[in-house]
Amino acid sequence: MRLIYKILQNSNKQIDTIYMATDIIIHDKKDNVGVVVIEKITPKQDCACWIMEDDSSINIQSMDEIPLGHKIAMIDLNEGDTILKYGHDIGKVVKSIKKGEHVHVHNVKTKKW
Amino acid sequence: MDIPKSFLGYKRENGRAGTRNHVIILPVDDISNACAEAVANNIKGTIALPHSYGRLQFGADLELHFRTMIGTGCNPNVAAVIVIGIEPKWTKKIVDGIAKTGKPVEGFHIERTGDIGTTMKASKKAQDFVMWASEKQREECPMSDLWISVKCGESDTTSGLAANPTVGNLMDKLEPMGVHLCFGETSELTGAENVCATRGATKEASDKFMKTWNAYNDFILKEATDDLSESQPTAGNIAGGLTTIEEKAFGNFQKIGNCKFIDVLEPAEEPTKGKGLYFMDTSSAAAECVTLQAAAGFNIHLFPTGQGNIVGNPIEPVVKLTANPLTVKGMGEHIDCDVSKILSREMNLSEAGDELIKTTLRVANGRLTCAEALGHKEFVMTKLYRSA
Repeated sequence: MRLIYKILQNSNKQIDTIYMATDIIIHDKKDNVGVVVIEKITPKQDCACWIMEDDSSINIQSMDEIPLGHKIAMIDLNEGDTILKYGHDIGKVVKSIKKGEHVHVHNVKTKKW
Repeated sequence: MDIPKSFLGYKRENGRAGTRNHVIILPVDDISNACAEAVANNIKGTIALPHSYGRLQFGADLELHFRTMIGTGCNPNVAAVIVIGIEPKWTKKIVDGIAKTGKPVEGFHIERTGDIGTTMKASKKAQDFVMWASEKQREECPMSDLWISVKCGESDTTSGLAANPTVGNLMDKLEPMGVHLCFGETSELTGAENVCATRGATKEASDKFMKTWNAYNDFILKEATDDLSESQPTAGNIAGGLTTIEEKAFGNFQKIGNCKFIDVLEPAEEPTKGKGLYFMDTSSAAAECVTLQAAAGFNIHLFPTGQGNIVGNPIEPVVKLTANPLTVKGMGEHIDCDVSKILSREMNLSEAGDELIKTTLRVANGRLTCAEALGHKEFVMTKLYRSA
């Protein structure tokens, strides 16, 4: 586990705070994608994921380079599968996706419009 | 954090309070823009609100035009109004609508006088108004005098993760204090519409929302020539990692926190059911949406952005926040409140909400927003269909 060690100056009192480094944030336990929250992740990187809903942590190894704000597949996904984010349906898989791969407009489409 | 109970605002004749003290020169129609801008150029401290419409409109589209014009003049951020139109009748209709607030308003029509004569007459009155308004002092006003509208733009996934939930946290904390709140963006709730409908405070409000959303969606499906993939999400949204309208919608929806909406408003319609959260039927284009919310009487706006939307409004200050550290780094001059530490988990949502409340109150008390300092005053009327 990687930790960020940070010292904050508050009045004259020194407070030590330890933050867990997070590479990926997942909204809901049901979600099958996570969002990269560091500048980018690189292929074969071991990434620390934080699930907001229940404050739990998991790890995943990335397959692709994925920039800040873009999504990573948390499981293998097949054509026709539903992408879940916020615990809700946000579109369908149009090209199969392996766990750890970049999820975006090249492999997912809206079910609306 | 102990939330302050008051802010310093301008008390108006009708009991509302403003966060700003503008004297506006309001053209009724496109061809009166030149005269309105000439007056604003003559008289320092006034501001002209040029726009593109106001001729040969009819039906619901004309009603919306009048509602937006009159509502803009009635907004408590406006101290006094000069109305300039080509013809006397529509000019008077707008003057009469604004006069109901009790604030100083006077109309001028250009026909039979011309731009130069009208500019001279209107400038003299504008000078009276601005010198009168300049003596107005800020006074202590209860928090319930804040009418806060929200809209997000150039969103990315950091909006849904952090910036929009920060606005939601502020709503959860300020709603019990009796503020009016408003969200809109009918089309950008597509995919989350059923979940949004469950947030109506009454069955009537939920049904009204679904009816409004269905009507907008039918219109989009009728006019669409493709899958809207370059409009919704936008290229900026996609660059920021948003893939579908549904994903954008669930992110957008985070802005209302745990609040329930008590009514659904027509575009630019003033809320009449008292304090609480309202949904307004608006376009999702930033300037159009903020212009409609300002015309409904909202006096301060919160605008979360991901990739960096830069919109402002001439009468309603637009407070921008972002959670995207690259946006803070690259275009920090547009960001009033930086909540990017949420992503690194150095700040939690409640702390971010507190920061946003502090920023909102500083702006309500008179601190210029980034958009105001940079001269953003996008006034964009919504037009429903072609003119007759």
